[in-house]
Amino acid sequence: MTQPRLNPNQIGFRPSSNRREFLRNAGLTLGSTLLCTPVARAANIPPKKKLVVVTFGGGARDQETFAPEGQENIPNMMRDLLPRATFFTQVVNRGILGHYVATASLATGVYETINNFAALPPENPTVFEYYRKDLKRPSSDAWVVAPSNGFNRIGESNHRSYGPGFGARVVLPKYLLKAAMSEGGADYQHLLRDNYENPYYTPELGNKEFELQQLEMVLKLSATDFRTHAKTLSSPDELSLYIVRQLIRQVAPSFLWITMHDIDVAHAGAYSLYIDGIRRTDRLCGELWKLLESEPEYSGKTTLVILPDFGRDADEDAGGNGFQHHRTGDAAARTTWLMAMGPGIREGVVYDRAVESLDLVPTLGAMLGFSPSLAHGKPISELV
Amino acid sequence: MLPSDLKSDDFRAYPPEARKLAVDSLSALRRLPLSFLPNLLRELIEYHDKFPAERAALEKELANLASLSDSQVSDLFGDFSRITLSPKLERTDWVNSPAQFVEQLSAALWTTHQLDAFRAAATKYADHLSSAITAEMPPIPRLGITVIGQGVTSSDVPLFRKLRPYGTYFSHVKPENGLRLLLDAVATRAKAHPVPYGHWYVDGGELADHDSAVTTISYNALTPIREALLNRMHSETERPGMGPEALRSIMAQLQPADLGMSRGDDRILQRFQVKLLTEGSGTQVFSTSFAQWTAREALRRAQPLTLLVRFAPRQRQKPMNELLSANPNQPELDVAGSLMDADMGAYYNWLNQQRLSGAENSRFLVWFEGHNSALAIGPSIPRRTESDSEADLAKLLSWLL
Repeated sequence: MTQPRLNPNQIGFRPSSNRREFLRNAGLTLGSTLLCTPVARAANIPPKKKLVVVTFGGGARDQETFAPEGQENIPNMMRDLLPRATFFTQVVNRGILGHYVATASLATGVYETINNFAALPPENPTVFEYYRKDLKRPSSDAWVVAPSNGFNRIGESNHRSYGPGFGARVVLPKYLLKAAMSEGGADYQHLLRDNYENPYYTPELGNKEFELQQLEMVLKLSATDFRTHAKTLSSPDELSLYIVRQLIRQVAPSFLWITMHDIDVAHAGAYSLYIDGIRRTDRLCGELWKLLESEPEYSGKTTLVILPDFGRDADEDAGGNGFQHHRTGDAAARTTWLMAMGPGIREGVVYDRAVESLDLVPTLGAMLGFSPSLAHGKPISELV
Repeated sequence: MLPSDLKSDDFRAYPPEARKLAVDSLSALRRLPLSFLPNLLRELIEYHDKFPAERAALEKELANLASLSDSQVSDLFGDFSRITLSPKLERTDWVNSPAQFVEQLSAALWTTHQLDAFRAAATKYADHLSSAITAEMPPIPRLGITVIGQGVTSSDVPLFRKLRPYGTYFSHVKPENGLRLLLDAVATRAKAHPVPYGHWYVDGGELADHDSAVTTISYNALTPIREALLNRMHSETERPGMGPEALRSIMAQLQPADLGMSRGDDRILQRFQVKLLTEGSGTQVFSTSFAQWTAREALRRAQPLTLLVRFAPRQRQKPMNELLSANPNQPELDVAGSLMDADMGAYYNWLNQQRLSGAENSRFLVWFEGHNSALAIGPSIPRRTESDSEADLAKLLSWLL
């Protein structure tokens, strides 16, 4: 679990939560709930829907993304995605700000309290379980592509009414790589790191045979080809997108959840690496959208939702060290954004009202027609 | 055990100075809620390793707590008292291991969704302290100097963007002999106002020649300590069952001698250096992170009158394809990335300086080393202004001071 430093003597002034400056000069329409009625959308709902959720991962602050001073870091989303999207400027995460537990909370619609650093399943049913059980979808129809640490259990809860047999299949690209790399050097072990708060912790998961089977049977990739291609990529998130591309072409799941994580290198304290991570993630989101638009199975029928798992500490909070961590629980760390695009979703509209990160699962349920009965939060009316 | 059960003997394991302070404050400590007290004891137990400014602040805080009436205590700590703690947490040895308790408390606050309540309570207490205790004003205005961009031959990156609203950007600085002039200015202040740990020079690379009156820390000088620490971390993580939280606890308990520091040197500074490496994230491998974190902690803890921080290029982060190659190259330097790191670091240095007493009268200078760009902030310096006046760094400092 993320360990906040909570010395009362260090807590100083708080950041402003005024978000009126968000997306200034972006040429978008300020939306209101009244403008978006269910009737207006109904005619646009396609018969066969696909859904892709991307966590713009590893904790990203507004000021380095969609706030005016950050927009230079996300040219692809500003130019190609935002004009097609409905955008929410205030998504509040009131849960634990550790990446695994926060992502699990996003996926269950309940603030999970599981140990962030242990490979444990969520305690509440995941969105994948609701989707598959309610809609009677096969296991091949819901997939998660995620960084390695602990995320191997995110596809399926241990809830007795759902759980085993109803979850998503999970691909851990870095573990695929580990399996494919029969002759790894010492530095190669660093690739398995995704907990940047502690540079040497990596849990041992799964077994090599299973990972290689996933590569060859599902993704139609030989270990050699995978290894060769991985050597051309600069980061684990690029590897994830490569896996996503294979999944889309070979399996074409209806529900795909991608967790990005490169940005979390910010914990190392080097601002340029944090910005590099944001720019790379922006580029990958742009590439993902182009991929979805170019694939016949997905083009014109895919809803794409992108949101950070949470933010990072404010520069002005004396209890933290700015962008480096997400320990204070201040407004900057808890408040992020969400963009959604696809059939039936209004384009180029910005909503400044606050929604909660727990609203994601009920919203997805309303979009796809399943009932996340145990999820907290409520559907975002402007999206359903 | 609860704070109300505290007895003098409970502090017998504390170092002598800390024990005396705790025993002298016993009646005040007994009135504090458990969700608060270990945070205070965490500072108190390390009293002997603290800088003079920290000791003075702690003594004033304890004196203030002792001066409060029972009703004032109830009012000030009521929100802390309403925080629910598990019996397991209450049973931990929070007197002798307050830091471990605080770690567990932090985790519990997140898990039980009481973090925001704790923040609110802590903010209320911090507000009380700042109004009840008159901060000691510095004898001279504080001066922060940050030097960035070492090794950068040219850059078209706009610098100091976050600082420009607060000061004047100088575009025609004469760079000749710049670092020497700055170090001489630091030495002059150190000699004129010889305050213990009052004047610092932090270098992200190799220390330049400096006056012995100045407290110094450098990334390069700590290389053997950093390597010893990294080796220790590697070996610890190979032990079965080792997770990040356990590793953090082990790191927190490391002493200077554990990492090969010789006894007899400045113990307070040694302990400070160990904490930079064991509590700082990235400080073990990136010199820019080290320089920024060192400046932050020096300002927060030692509250210096003068702080010169010189950033140096950090090693380049290897992309995945290089990590996968059989013969990875030797570490290279990322000069451009380091400039960006340092530019943000300069902003953080100024922010952290502004948290200290006398902020309205403090001065700050950031210079792009070897180049013509600098920015100055001070009471007499116009804000949001650009100047093309030609001046060397001594002249800039004279305008600033």
